[in-house]
Amino acid sequence: MAEGIKEVDLGTLAKGKRLPFLVDVLVRLVREKPLGTVGAVIVLLLLLVGIFADLSWLGLPNISLAPYGYNDVWVGAKTAPPSAQFWMGTDNVGRDELSRIIYGARISMFVGLGVSTIGIILNVIIGLVSGFVGGKTDLIIQRFVDAWMCFPGIFIILTIMGILGPGVLQMIIVLGVLYGITGSRTIRSAVISVKQNVYIEAVRSIGCPVWRIMLRHILPNIMAPLIIIFTVSIGGAILVESQISFLGYGIPPPFPSWGGMISQARLDMLSAPWLALWPGLALAFVVYGINMFGDALRDLLDPRLRGGLGRYSGTKKKMPKQKAAKK
Amino acid sequence: MQAYIIRRFMLIFITLFLVTIIAFLSVRFIPGSLIDLMVADRYRESTISSEEMLASVKEQLGLDVPVWEQYVRWLGAWPQKDGSFSGVLEGDLGKSLWTARITRDEILQRVPISLELGIIAIITALLVAFPIGIYSAIRQDTMGDYLGRSFAILCIAVPGFWLATMTYIYPAKWFNWTPAVIYYPITENFWANLGQFIIPGVLMGMAMSGTTMRMTRTMMLEVLRQDYIRTAWSKGLRERVVVVKHALKNALIPIVTIIGLQLPVLIGGSVIMEQIFVLPGMGRLMLDALSARDYPVVSGVNLVMATVILLANFLVDMTYAWLDPRIRYR
Repeated sequence: MAEGIKEVDLGTLAKGKRLPFLVDVLVRLVREKPLGTVGAVIVLLLLLVGIFADLSWLGLPNISLAPYGYNDVWVGAKTAPPSAQFWMGTDNVGRDELSRIIYGARISMFVGLGVSTIGIILNVIIGLVSGFVGGKTDLIIQRFVDAWMCFPGIFIILTIMGILGPGVLQMIIVLGVLYGITGSRTIRSAVISVKQNVYIEAVRSIGCPVWRIMLRHILPNIMAPLIIIFTVSIGGAILVESQISFLGYGIPPPFPSWGGMISQARLDMLSAPWLALWPGLALAFVVYGINMFGDALRDLLDPRLRGGLGRYSGTKKKMPKQKAAKK
Repeated sequence: MQAYIIRRFMLIFITLFLVTIIAFLSVRFIPGSLIDLMVADRYRESTISSEEMLASVKEQLGLDVPVWEQYVRWLGAWPQKDGSFSGVLEGDLGKSLWTARITRDEILQRVPISLELGIIAIITALLVAFPIGIYSAIRQDTMGDYLGRSFAILCIAVPGFWLATMTYIYPAKWFNWTPAVIYYPITENFWANLGQFIIPGVLMGMAMSGTTMRMTRTMMLEVLRQDYIRTAWSKGLRERVVVVKHALKNALIPIVTIIGLQLPVLIGGSVIMEQIFVLPGMGRLMLDALSARDYPVVSGVNLVMATVILLANFLVDMTYAWLDPRIRYR
């Protein structure tokens, strides 16, 4: 065992480079964080189910994970209880619940990834400009962010969705902008702390243009908070989307959004009480996984955020104190 | 401390100004379809042409003047058409588009309901979060710690609105019991009122307790590693004294902030709970106004909510600075 590790170390040393950043993080995740690994597997599962719900986008309409289409109606099988044919039963118009849950994963995946992507781009733009330029620009931008963050997220989303009307694309853009502005705070403070390093002063003194400092010297150094925000906002976005869809302003009815399905199940509660069970369980499962994954990443990447239990916080010093506290 | 308060107070005014702009703009994006709807609604009963009707509807909504003038009128810093000042500064949030009700009165009527829900939620969150969070910290990496942490994550991951739906469905199915659908004011029937608020309040509190619990644990762990805690141990103090008197007091400061920061989440949660449990609070007002496309009410609710959160954050900051002198001298 010990020999094996030594060999790997020698090999990488000989080549003169470390493992790539993301690979390194993944290896440490599997080695050090069992719960985080479970979370990562759940996230992967969501992606796979979302991608392979059917393969018609690859031109293979006959191969699909979902037994039926999300809008295939079985006449005469309205609100049927779970059976061999319909594992989770059927809904109020006779659509297979399992297939709808599987396609719902695809919608959650789109919403989660779409929102996080838009959000992270806005985070970087706002955070970099505000944090790096500083001064009056920072003051003005931050007052706008302040004002925006005063509105409870759900009210802002409901207002805008109420005006735009329900739809997948609107939902993703609105949520993305919301997360983009909210998360920019964290990125801004990360940029400010990186900016104070001597190497930034050094590249500045040799006349490096501002955009180059931002992209080549600041951006790579704020990767840790970026990855954490990206992961955590996937879970948040999925949860908020389901709430908005539950209230009827999110994903419109023919599409199987988990939140919308819970809302519909409320109407059929006496004839088919099991219908509300599945989408809620799916939602809780996915959000649980993403949270565990995000937590583990946070521990691995950014020990400052979690009370100094991380890899870089000098465990040697901490150990005796920890023992003292345990007594 | 004074200089700090004054500086923060200046900032709060700038933010409040921007908040009014955002709340105002959320009304000004009234889609054309709504104006067409209003025109069509009135056209049937009138004799004038549709162009004239369009102009009169626009005038009634105050859309016939430039945007900046609409804004200062809405704010109350510019005379209305009849020469009087009535706007946000005078405490007038405008009238509903469809009913003659005044938005301010409507909101004032519903504030106590949302407030009661919020108070029950916060009490629940603290009652759940503190004992479990503290226990997790002082028994770090034991079975109890793992159970406590799993519970916290469960509270965050399980959607509150789903649990609420389940409490609606299954008791009705099994015991023929459903939550009341008529609202009992707290002054008339205290117990019926409490029975109505306790389930949504506790469910909201559970969702909030997850984050608070984790924060409590993290802060307690941090404090428990400080030198003065070791001193307290070596003095031979009992565990209860060390934990409650020396550790918890110092860990509380950031926890207060987290509770303050969760206020928007709490208010957001109340929208869904009020909808599911048929409570006529602010969230219901918002949803009703949205489905009726009653934009003056929507902007009024948004403005009130944002102001409440702004003031709450300000108070949290002040408490923080008061408790921790290092902050105010920064």
